[in-house]
Amino acid sequence: MKLRHNKNFTAGAAITAVMLLIILVGLVWTPYDPNAMNGAAKRLAPCLTHPLGTDNFGRDILSRVVEGAGATFLIAAATVAIGLAAGLVIGGLTGYYGGWLDEIVMRLNDALAAFPSILLALVLIALMGGGKYNIILALGLLFIPSFARVVRGEVARQKSQDYVALAKLMGAGDMRVLFRHILPNIVPVLLPSVAIGFNNAVLAEASMSYLGVGVQPPDASLGRMLNEAQGYLLTAPWYALSAGAAIILLVLGFGLLSEGMGGDYGAA
Amino acid sequence: MALLDIRDLHVTFLSTGKEAVRGVDLTVEPGQRLGLVGESGSGKTVTAMALSGLIERWNVDMSGQVLFDGRDLLTCSRDQLRKIQGRDIGVVFQEPMTSLNPLMRVGRQVEEVLKIHTDLSPDERRAKALEAMAQVGLPDPERTYEKYPHQLSGGQRQRAVIASAMVIRPRLLICDEPTTALDVTVQAQILSLLKSFSTDHGVAILLISHDLRVVRRLCERVAVMHRGRIVERGDTDAVFADPQEEYTKRLIAAIPQRKRHG
Amino acid sequence: MRYVLKKTGVLLVTLLLISLLAFLAFQIIPGDPTAKLLGNDYTPERAAALRHEMGLDRNVFVRYWDWLTGFVTGDMGASYSYGMRVAEVMEGKGVVTAALSLMAWLLVIAISVPLGIALARWQGRRIDRVFVAMNQVFMAIPPFFLGIVFTYVFGLVLKLFVPGGFVRPQESFWGFLGYLAFPALAIAIPKAAMVTKLLRSSILDQMDEDYVRTAYSRGNSRWGVLRGHVLRNAILPVVTFLAMTLADIVAGSIIVEQVFALPGLGRLLLASIGNRDYPVVQCIVVIIAALVVFMNYLADVVTQTIDPRIRLG
Repeated sequence: MKLRHNKNFTAGAAITAVMLLIILVGLVWTPYDPNAMNGAAKRLAPCLTHPLGTDNFGRDILSRVVEGAGATFLIAAATVAIGLAAGLVIGGLTGYYGGWLDEIVMRLNDALAAFPSILLALVLIALMGGGKYNIILALGLLFIPSFARVVRGEVARQKSQDYVALAKLMGAGDMRVLFRHILPNIVPVLLPSVAIGFNNAVLAEASMSYLGVGVQPPDASLGRMLNEAQGYLLTAPWYALSAGAAIILLVLGFGLLSEGMGGDYGAA
Repeated sequence: MALLDIRDLHVTFLSTGKEAVRGVDLTVEPGQRLGLVGESGSGKTVTAMALSGLIERWNVDMSGQVLFDGRDLLTCSRDQLRKIQGRDIGVVFQEPMTSLNPLMRVGRQVEEVLKIHTDLSPDERRAKALEAMAQVGLPDPERTYEKYPHQLSGGQRQRAVIASAMVIRPRLLICDEPTTALDVTVQAQILSLLKSFSTDHGVAILLISHDLRVVRRLCERVAVMHRGRIVERGDTDAVFADPQEEYTKRLIAAIPQRKRHG
Repeated sequence: MRYVLKKTGVLLVTLLLISLLAFLAFQIIPGDPTAKLLGNDYTPERAAALRHEMGLDRNVFVRYWDWLTGFVTGDMGASYSYGMRVAEVMEGKGVVTAALSLMAWLLVIAISVPLGIALARWQGRRIDRVFVAMNQVFMAIPPFFLGIVFTYVFGLVLKLFVPGGFVRPQESFWGFLGYLAFPALAIAIPKAAMVTKLLRSSILDQMDEDYVRTAYSRGNSRWGVLRGHVLRNAILPVVTFLAMTLADIVAGSIIVEQVFALPGLGRLLLASIGNRDYPVVQCIVVIIAALVVFMNYLADVVTQTIDPRIRLG
């Protein structure tokens, strides 16, 4: 991979790095307490003391966006972690052993992958109820098929390589061959999928929380903030714009990263 | 006057800075068949593409003259060039598998050149296409006309490509390795087809090939190209009988005694 | 023909499978619907009587069959929370979602096809580079955020429409379409960016093919090659993607309906999820899922009529 000469990768890495830095700093320090209300400073336009203005309760929007971006990112990370872990196990086993189980799992995968993820997420939310943890679980479950598909294809390709035969010759068991020898070799192929996973997870969380079935108050998230901000669109448009811009930057960063690493951003 | 007169042609690729053609002089008389031989990378295909106007001009730096019928193809406008392409200069490419549009009926591709350059009615075009397809030996032209390229064999596709170039009777036919991708028996058929076309209709042929045997079969004259220059030229028989240049000797020595693929 | 028959068979099986899965999913939910329906009147006897009345005491597959036959004949059961039949609850809502989705989809095509072709034509020029970069950004904008921006700019500032307003198609058809225009645009723009990108790169891929060189050698102009040869080849992957996009758009309209307060299936779905009105949720899910599968089926069939390599084998 020629990453250094790749504009998409460079831009994506830069955007993502800046966002992550802001989120990290936000974990220990924000300009104001994101939840501190100030009756004397309601709906202030962006100014020196409040770079992104204040909301209906006089809360500092910059602090809230930083906190919300952190929450959205953590939810996305947890979602991707679930999807990736389960995808590795399912895709690894089906790709390694093949056979009828592989057939069944992959057909099921195809069927699930054909659905709009928002719809499936809403079904799961309807079944399990909303909230931060349920949204993580629901989105995590939804992400399993795509990861499993990528892992399966790559494992099936790798298992005929010489180093696998060699490892078997050395007496390594199936599980050791699969998880110690093959898995490290599929990481490069997996990385764009992980980046696109973050991209989709941020979008999905924002959508769900905006609809009010995701993160519930008092927890913050970018989607949740957009939901609140829509009510003050005329008096404090900077609220919605700030939250929206943060979502776009996160999505754009991961999307470009994925494309820079050879993924197919957009067609996913 | 020569049909094609190339004078001191230089072609340099701007992207890589590589000078692929370094001062080539070449003439083709009307109805003459000239073989341009050399290894891959010798610049022969670039020469052919340059004189058929198929090189993207922004990608290369070209100097010299390519006089076709007295007109310099390197300096004439894109529109003037298009009037010559297809009508006066036809091209047959190496890969019959991919040089036809997969989503277009074979007959439509054969007659396309008529659609571009003539005022013939659709029925007249169709009749001419069917005639050309019969001449190149395509079985059952009426049915083949309606077929798509993937339904034809490799040899049939190359016949279709030749039909599409010959249907308008160009004055020069550039053939870039026309038989390389085909079986030996089909190769022989295609070569004799090209030869009879040339003699029957007075069409000049510029054959590009790495294979001296193919050149020997088809062309009365040969030019040997090496590293962007013409190193030897003459009547085919004379060059084969008594090659002057070391490079030509090596090429002739490399011809296997028995026929083989490719 | 055989290809279409086979695909149709697969379609029917998939549709059955979807309906079964959706039905089963909503059967395993914990909780007793009778408790909600009876509210304060709840007694075990009344619940049992209601369960019998609703058929909940019968075998699950019998109930599935009843539900399915009802569904295809237009009787989708009773809503838990509205005290109406599901079909009545949904009346008029489907039209809104369908019109919104279709409008957005047509907008995607109307924007992306000319733009994709133009960018491929201008490949490497500054205008192409600018649009390609902009494309990346537009792809990253969530449709509902674009909806919020539109509400602010066109609704509140420019006052082109009344945010939260709506005109029923029976009152004024053009007014109805007018209120769908901005939501449709909000859904369409990010998708159009994706399709533009796909079409552009598909065209450029095709431009490198040998048959394009052959076409040029016949004296075709660049536009002639594009229109006569490249476009049909380049559009194949785009057709498949466009079909999948319509499904995505329907799903996207669920959210955008919320932004613009449009009374469509999406808002009903969300309200029903909030009310735990499972018959309604189940119904909408099956309808949207069926639509997705059907669109994919159509894409396959359309692709094969364009591509003789599949049609004629």
